[in-house]
Amino acid sequence: MKTWKLSTLDALFAAIAGKQTLYIPADVAGQPVFARWEPGLAMTRALNTGRSAKDLFFPQVEDLARFRVAGKTVSVSPAQALQEPFVIFGVRACDCRSFDILDSVFLAEPADTFYQARREQATVVTLACSQPEETCFCTSLGIDPQAPGGDVSCWMAEDTLYLQANTEKGEALLASLPRLEDGEKPDADSSVFDKLPLKDLDFSAFSGKALMDWFNSPVWERLSQSCLGCGSCTFVCPTCQCYDVRDFDTGHGVQRYRCWDSCMYSDFTMMAHGTNRPTQKERFRQRFMHKLVYHPNNHGGQIGCVGCGRCLQKCPISMNIVKVANALKEGKA
Amino acid sequence: MNLTRDPLIPMVAQVTDIRADTPDVKTFRVVGLDGKKPMEHIPGQCAMLSMPGVGEALFSITSSPTNEDYLEFSIKKCGCVTNWLHAIEPGQQLTLRGPYGNGFPVDTDFLGKDLLFIAGGIGLAPLRSVINYVRHYRERYGSVDIVYGARSKEDLVDYQEILTQWCREDGIHVHLTIDNPQPDWEGHVGFVPNYVKELAFDTGKTVVMCGPPIMIKFTLAGLEELGFRRDQVYTTFELKMKCALGKCGRCNIGDKYVCKDGPVFRLDQMTQLPDEY
Amino acid sequence: MQSRVIEKAASLLESGACTRVLGWKAGAFFYDVTPAVFTCAQEVREQMVFNPFCGANLSKYLIAESRKEGRIAVFLKPCDTFSFVQLQKEHRIARDKVWAVGVQCRGMCDIDSLKELGLKGVTAVEEAEDDLRVTTLYQEKTISRKEALSPRCHTCKSRKLLDCDELIGDQGQDLPSSRFAQVEALEAMTPEERFAFWRGELSKCIRCNACRNVCPACSCEKCVFDNPNSGVQNKAAASSFEENLFHIIRAFHVAGRCTDCGECTRVCPQHIPLHLLNRKFIKDMNEFYGPYQAGGDFDAKPPMLAFTLDDPEASIITNGRDGQ
Repeated sequence: MKTWKLSTLDALFAAIAGKQTLYIPADVAGQPVFARWEPGLAMTRALNTGRSAKDLFFPQVEDLARFRVAGKTVSVSPAQALQEPFVIFGVRACDCRSFDILDSVFLAEPADTFYQARREQATVVTLACSQPEETCFCTSLGIDPQAPGGDVSCWMAEDTLYLQANTEKGEALLASLPRLEDGEKPDADSSVFDKLPLKDLDFSAFSGKALMDWFNSPVWERLSQSCLGCGSCTFVCPTCQCYDVRDFDTGHGVQRYRCWDSCMYSDFTMMAHGTNRPTQKERFRQRFMHKLVYHPNNHGGQIGCVGCGRCLQKCPISMNIVKVANALKEGKA
Repeated sequence: MNLTRDPLIPMVAQVTDIRADTPDVKTFRVVGLDGKKPMEHIPGQCAMLSMPGVGEALFSITSSPTNEDYLEFSIKKCGCVTNWLHAIEPGQQLTLRGPYGNGFPVDTDFLGKDLLFIAGGIGLAPLRSVINYVRHYRERYGSVDIVYGARSKEDLVDYQEILTQWCREDGIHVHLTIDNPQPDWEGHVGFVPNYVKELAFDTGKTVVMCGPPIMIKFTLAGLEELGFRRDQVYTTFELKMKCALGKCGRCNIGDKYVCKDGPVFRLDQMTQLPDEY
Repeated sequence: MQSRVIEKAASLLESGACTRVLGWKAGAFFYDVTPAVFTCAQEVREQMVFNPFCGANLSKYLIAESRKEGRIAVFLKPCDTFSFVQLQKEHRIARDKVWAVGVQCRGMCDIDSLKELGLKGVTAVEEAEDDLRVTTLYQEKTISRKEALSPRCHTCKSRKLLDCDELIGDQGQDLPSSRFAQVEALEAMTPEERFAFWRGELSKCIRCNACRNVCPACSCEKCVFDNPNSGVQNKAAASSFEENLFHIIRAFHVAGRCTDCGECTRVCPQHIPLHLLNRKFIKDMNEFYGPYQAGGDFDAKPPMLAFTLDDPEASIITNGRDGQ
């Protein structure tokens, strides 16, 4: 294990950024977000960013191709996938797990090459948690917030940053940094995690074959009744990966781009003859069935949630996956 | 790192021929820019057609894989992309990607079976690929019955091909029906579900069905009355899609994606899935 | 207050005066309340809350709820009643299907205000007179209720409960509000500074549409931004130009109808002070056409729907308000 003095964190960032692009969680216009490091940019004091780390692999908007249309002819020039290596520092264990979930979708055959390129170019440096929020429940999803994984795991204790490489990419990053010293991190105090109010959520009931029972549960009507149909939960969620593909006429060609989409939106499944999810109840149900039942069914029981708590913090009406999971299990809302 | 072209990036193809089938259905013949058939497919598979700036949409490939020269798509005018397609002329280029989906089990489950095709309106489009494949490899399959209905005679897609080819082949029995009587029609009049019940088919047949949801629902009920089991009935679905790769997240029925796990489903599989289609 | 609200809700259901009650439902942490429709008194007694975190404005739900069978009771805070009146002026609510219970308000608190105070991991809050006893994962602390107020409540414009069928608590009065001070601060900036301010704020937008969907003035059956043929990219913050335009167009659409309830800013997951756009319009309209409060009464003609020959034409006046 390597160490670095926290008082000179800026120098560590400068050393990394000297070789490749570095993103750190920092406050930009008052909001914590993964931002490109430049001299002077300091880490946020917030536990987690408002938007998740998925942005760096699956950006909200990205170009896929440009088309030229002239008379009856069409030509296509595909957008270039990312070719530059980058480092993302300060990823929490929950967000790091979300990459596995995104991988299971985007890297499944046929792989999404834009996503794949970013994953290959990235070195993920995680940061262990020591001061969780009350909305944190990653531990109930089998995530250890004090052993956050990634290519390099980091811990902050007293005045020291401890760094442990987990992969070849991580080794290479640490090897490229000057003045790292050897050291052993002290045992962390984990007692606060035992006090987390949502630590005992049990999601095991949702995997398996009870799909129709969950789908037909009477609770959806009540749970969805005050849903605004906005996309806050989907857009702050580190595991929501649904996207839309659209064309934009720039006036000198057509730009085909993809952007995050939300199953909460009324046009998500709108076809020429109508939609198969006509009310907010069906849309709301889709979102939670996807995370709790459909995704696990298709991916070896992996729940589509990492317990980051963002939806608990951001939903305008305080409806969230914890309330939904509990209501489903109790059979009443 | 050696990245292949992303599956979302289409190729450019060219429409070489457009046939007006009905007042609102046209069949488009599509080849690559090299003039050759752009892709191989299995009957029942689909492809994404798009006009940049207009939109991209998934269509069933109507031609049989045994056609070595081109792909055909029979398309009903009903939305943005289809309105555009109905306005173009031969020679127009567009974009194409695919093929997508599982297709019908023509080389496995269907082998040696007596086949009963049931279609309503534009629902014939995906079945035409299977029917012509079966006609091409006629010896691999048992008897073939085709029940096909539309609102009127003019709305029967591929009517000329049905009359001049399908109806004239031994071992293929075509049963046409239209919703309402009209002067120049001497065939059956009535809805498809009732006609299927009237025809009282042998329950040993394997059924391949496509049409509007309401037709599927009532025909299935009729078939079950006749003694057919759901595991004898195949159909093909269509829902809103953006990627056709199982990633964009919207064409699912329960935990199955129509684009990837379908579009062909055996109806006994659907009993364990939500009625959300 | 909570017990009076719950008893009122339960009795309205028990007496058969209403078939449903629209109120707030308890969550896991005291602050995470959800708007909810209750249909039986037992449910109300078990699950309904009225606490300082019931900030959500319930008026907009009445558009859909008042179209259903039976009468619905609703609990409205003073600022919510302005939206209630405004929606009626726009013929969005069937008034005879609604039993409006006005609830007097001392200002609502906000979990983000607690976080601003450095309180992290808030697991419980207890109300005690003018204080809140806050329990967190790390400490227990008593703070004054005033410190925990939602920012919008610091500049409350009125405690009047408009058009209610009955009141819980006293009728209130208009308050001397300093709500335009923030707008004045923006007006005092140079155009470059102001542009930089709004670019910074609006660039945070993730196009989740929470502001639009919560806004009682955004009551179109189908929003122009949801029309695929509108030529705008409704889900993507596709360019800085479009992000700007979404919020500015929305502010134009609600100008003269926005009651300044502040829900847009409350729900923004990115903490964009969206209400400042609307408030700027309100301030301008007050100055150009005379004081007007959307939803303030049933009679006053909205300035954007009224015309007099001496109206200033702000858009063609050089240098804005001074008319030179």
